[in-house]
Amino acid sequence: MKELRVTPIKNGTVIDHIPAGLALKVLKILGIGDSVTSTVTVTMHVPSRAMGWKDIVKVEDRELGTREIDKIALIAPTATVNVIRNYNVAEKRRVTLPDRAIGILRCANPNCISNLKEPIESEFVVRSKNPLRVVCKYCDRELEEIVPHIL
Amino acid sequence: MRAPPWGRAFFKLNLRIWGLMSDFQGRDVLSIRELTKSDIQLVLKTAKKMVPIAVGTRRSRSLDGKILATLFFEPSTRTRLSFESAMARLGGRVLGFSGTEGTSVQKGETLADTIRMVEAYSDAIVLRHPQEGAARLAAEFTDKPVINAGDGAGQHPTQTLLDLYTIWDEKGAFQGQNVTLVGDLRYGRTVHSLTYALAELGAHLTFVSPPTLEMPREILEHVKERGLTFRVTNRLEDVVREADVLYVTRIQRERFPDPQEYEAVAGSYRIDEAVLRDAKRGLIIMHPLPRLAEIAPEVDRTKHAVYFKQASNAVPVRMALLDLILGGAE
Repeated sequence: MKELRVTPIKNGTVIDHIPAGLALKVLKILGIGDSVTSTVTVTMHVPSRAMGWKDIVKVEDRELGTREIDKIALIAPTATVNVIRNYNVAEKRRVTLPDRAIGILRCANPNCISNLKEPIESEFVVRSKNPLRVVCKYCDRELEEIVPHIL
Repeated sequence: MRAPPWGRAFFKLNLRIWGLMSDFQGRDVLSIRELTKSDIQLVLKTAKKMVPIAVGTRRSRSLDGKILATLFFEPSTRTRLSFESAMARLGGRVLGFSGTEGTSVQKGETLADTIRMVEAYSDAIVLRHPQEGAARLAAEFTDKPVINAGDGAGQHPTQTLLDLYTIWDEKGAFQGQNVTLVGDLRYGRTVHSLTYALAELGAHLTFVSPPTLEMPREILEHVKERGLTFRVTNRLEDVVREADVLYVTRIQRERFPDPQEYEAVAGSYRIDEAVLRDAKRGLIIMHPLPRLAEIAPEVDRTKHAVYFKQASNAVPVRMALLDLILGGAE
C-alpha cells in the first residue's frame, strides 16, 4: 500500500494543484501566520500527473470563504479547493480570479502614493485574466511580476 | 471613518440620474481617460465661451462665493497661476500653498489628513503632487471635487484639455487631422494623455521619436483597438510635410536613470525653418513648454507657431472646467 505523506484531515480545507514552490505564498495570501489556531500542513514538491510537480496546503478546522480562496488565483490559477467535512470531500471548487485585488499586492512603482504611509490598502484592478494583467488603481501602472510583490 | 470608495460615486450617479446634477457638477477630474468624447466636447465649447471673460473684456460672477484650494506640493508656475487666474475671473476666491515649506506636510502629515482638513475650507481642490496616484487617493478622502494638476510622472488631464482646445480652436475639428507627436514619447506624460484623447476623437496619429524613446506598446495597442491607423518613425523629415499639427516635446533629463542614455538622444530633433520648408501652410506647431532647443527661436515668428497661444488657452479651459464642476456653467 502506498504510504501517505500527510494523513487525511477530519474537517477543514485542502488547497491542491498549487504550482510547485508557491505554497508559502498561498499561506501569505490567506493571511495564515502565527496567529492561526488550527493545524496547517504544507506539502511541497509532490509529483503530479497533470502538473509534473505541485504543492498542497491543508488547513484544519477552517473552511475558507470564496473571497479568500479567489485571492489564490492571482498566483495559482490552477489550484483546486476541497472543503472537507468528517473526512469526506463536501465541496470541490476551482479558484476564480476576483476583479480587484485589495491589500494583497504592493505596487512596484516606488513613486506610487500607495507605497507611502497613507491610510489606504493597495488596490489592483484585474485588466485581463489570461494572461494575468493587473494595474495599480492609484498610479495606473501594470504590475509586471506578481509573486515578488505579494504583501 | 473612510467611506467605502463606491459609496460616493453611487450617490453622485443617483443625483445625475434624477437630474439634480449635470454630468460635471461635483465631479473629480483625475485622468483624461475618465472623460468621454462628449465630456471633452462640452469642456471645449464652454472654454470657447469663456475667452472674452478670460481676457477681461467681459465680467463674470458665476463662481461668486466659491473657494478653490490649490495644493501644490511641488512648484509650478503656469498651472497654478492659470488656475488662480481662472477662479478669479469667475468671481471666486483661491487659497492654498505652493511648496510644502511651513505647512503641516513637513511635520509628517499624510496627504489623506491634509485633504480632510482642506475639505472644510473650500468647494473644490486642485492638487499637484510628486507621487503618482496622489489625486486618486485625495478624491477618496473628500466629497469635494478634486482636479488633478499633475501627479509625478502620472496624469495631468487639464494640460491635455488645453492641448485639445488649441487643436480644435485652430483646426476646427479632430477627425481627419494628421497629428504628429515628436520627441520623448516614452516618458512624456503629456503625449501619453494626448494620444489617448486623440484616439477617442478620431485624429490620425504619427509618432516620431528616437528608437529608445518610442511610445509605449500598450498605448499603441490602445490606438489600434480604437480602429485608427498610425505611423511610427524615427525620421521627422519623412512625415513633416503631411502633418497638420506638430506636437513637439522636450526630452527631459530628469526622466533618464542613465545620463549617458540622455546624452545619446538629447537634441535628436530640432524644428527650424529648414525643417518646415515643405510643411503644409496650415501646419500648427505646439509645445507644452518650457522648450529648450527643440524649436528654434526663428520659428516663433512664423504663423505655424501656436505654443504661446496654447499656454494662454490654459485660462479659458480651466475656467470652463471650474465653472462646469462648481455649478456655474449651463
